Amino acid sequence: MARKVSTRRKLIMSAIAWTLGILIFFPILWTFITSFKTEAEAVASPPSFLFFHWTTENYAQVQERSDYFLHFMNSVVVSLGSTFLGLLIAIPAAWAMAFSPTKRTKDVLMWMLSTKMMPPVGALIPIYLIFRDGGLLDTRTGLVIVLTLINLPIIVWMLYTYFKEIPGEILEAARMDGASLPKEIVYVLTPMAVPGIASTLLLNIILSWNEAFWTLNLSASKAAPLTAFIASYSSPEGLFYAKLSAASTMAIAPILIMGWFSQKQLVRGLTFGAVK
Amino acid sequence: MATTHTHSAARLMMAPSVILLFAWMAVPLGMTIYFSFLRYNLLMPGMEEYTGFLNYQYFLTDPAFFAALTNTLLLVGGVLSITIIGGIAFALLLDQPIFGQGIVRILVIAPFFVMPTVSALVWKNMFMNPVNGLFAWISRSFGFAPLDFLASIPLLSIIIIVAWQWLPFATLIMLTALQSLDEEQKDAAEMDGAGAVSRFLYIVLPHMARAITVVILIETIFLLSVFAEILVTTNGGPGTASTNLTYLVYAQALLQFDIGGASAGGIVAVILANIVAIFLVRLIGKNLEA
Repeated sequence: MARKVSTRRKLIMSAIAWTLGILIFFPILWTFITSFKTEAEAVASPPSFLFFHWTTENYAQVQERSDYFLHFMNSVVVSLGSTFLGLLIAIPAAWAMAFSPTKRTKDVLMWMLSTKMMPPVGALIPIYLIFRDGGLLDTRTGLVIVLTLINLPIIVWMLYTYFKEIPGEILEAARMDGASLPKEIVYVLTPMAVPGIASTLLLNIILSWNEAFWTLNLSASKAAPLTAFIASYSSPEGLFYAKLSAASTMAIAPILIMGWFSQKQLVRGLTFGAVK
Repeated sequence: MATTHTHSAARLMMAPSVILLFAWMAVPLGMTIYFSFLRYNLLMPGMEEYTGFLNYQYFLTDPAFFAALTNTLLLVGGVLSITIIGGIAFALLLDQPIFGQGIVRILVIAPFFVMPTVSALVWKNMFMNPVNGLFAWISRSFGFAPLDFLASIPLLSIIIIVAWQWLPFATLIMLTALQSLDEEQKDAAEMDGAGAVSRFLYIVLPHMARAITVVILIETIFLLSVFAEILVTTNGGPGTASTNLTYLVYAQALLQFDIGGASAGGIVAVILANIVAIFLVRLIGKNLEA
């Protein structure tokens, strides 16, 4: 119930919350500001927070210095590719588990969840060797395959928790009216499932975009997505704060915006439905 | 109701997911176990031979393993304590009536969406750098000598970076749990004269128990495998001061090319993660029935 709160208390609480919120957000804000400085201003002491010569030259130079756009596209292709491929494989499975559950459905779900718990180092060596021998190292195809597989359990689970909420009676009615299984999926289930699928899509693009174990280990230059490309700035000759900031800003901006729209789905997706 | 026909269709629809995941789990794991019993170095091709448990013996008695195990536990424990306590505090704060609540929430959640290599490099260069970093400037303006974070307190620095990334996750989950708490229950307790502290201890905290457990378990799974943050900041050093199990196995395999030894390390990491996984699967399974 709406409780009466004194304005004074609300003001104090707001001040505390805003201060802490801005502190937490500050590294991102600082990166954004630094990306518009010259390299000299970026390392100047004392640092200037707003009053410096704003420039966008870093954004152009990041592209010149290394093919930024290529890596950006690698990220786009790998995260979208693995997400769509994952959905294609997972939608039928989640549908089957949600609407014709058997005694073993729960066991299958739990088993899928358990595959997600295997630490990646347990699989790193064989996957690296298989990729090396199969010519998949540093290819977009290889990264799409691995990211599809590591996110598949989350995709199945998320879709399952959304599909579970679709009332089964509607499907029964469609079946009674003589709808075949494919028709049932296309005309009845899909329209109701779209919001759940969209949420799953969003969360998985975010997760794949930021995945940094497999992308770092399985890509070098050609297929390196932004995670691996940004890591190249850790070498001493790459100590250009303004350019690092520009490259980082472009790498995180799209996902940050998507992420803000998917707060709720994030909770559901990452807790496997345990917290809603 | 479901007929035999739909059941076989269902099985067919599940088949791709099940087969792919089974292959993804079984093939690499089987190969890792197999490699872990071989003397197998990429620099000496064709010299592979069965060595029994020798790889495990070397890996487990290597001083680096003890350091890595300790670091792994410190990293997981440190980040967990910061994010759980901070997450509860932030959730309680954001649950209050405040101006611009939505915007503050967006600010707090943002770090979760920053890719690990970016957050590690931004912290390393722009904050923790002993010459040009913001922290160095702050300590100099107070007349202190700047601290070289990644050289003198490497593990703690990494804990700070990783905690910054995971605090939003904890906050978001705690907040979700908090918002499902019945307000009337709190009101009733307040009317019965319960103070803010006892209301928190006896009503809010028990209500959040499950959310806290979920955060602990899920973060643990991810934190056991922290990798990118270490790779771009310290490379596990100085020495092994910031090497965790994941990084140790990576270094042994892809820097020293010791496939046998690294595989043994990988299996040790799998066993460690499984201990956590058993608890998590039980918890979520129980929830599935409810």
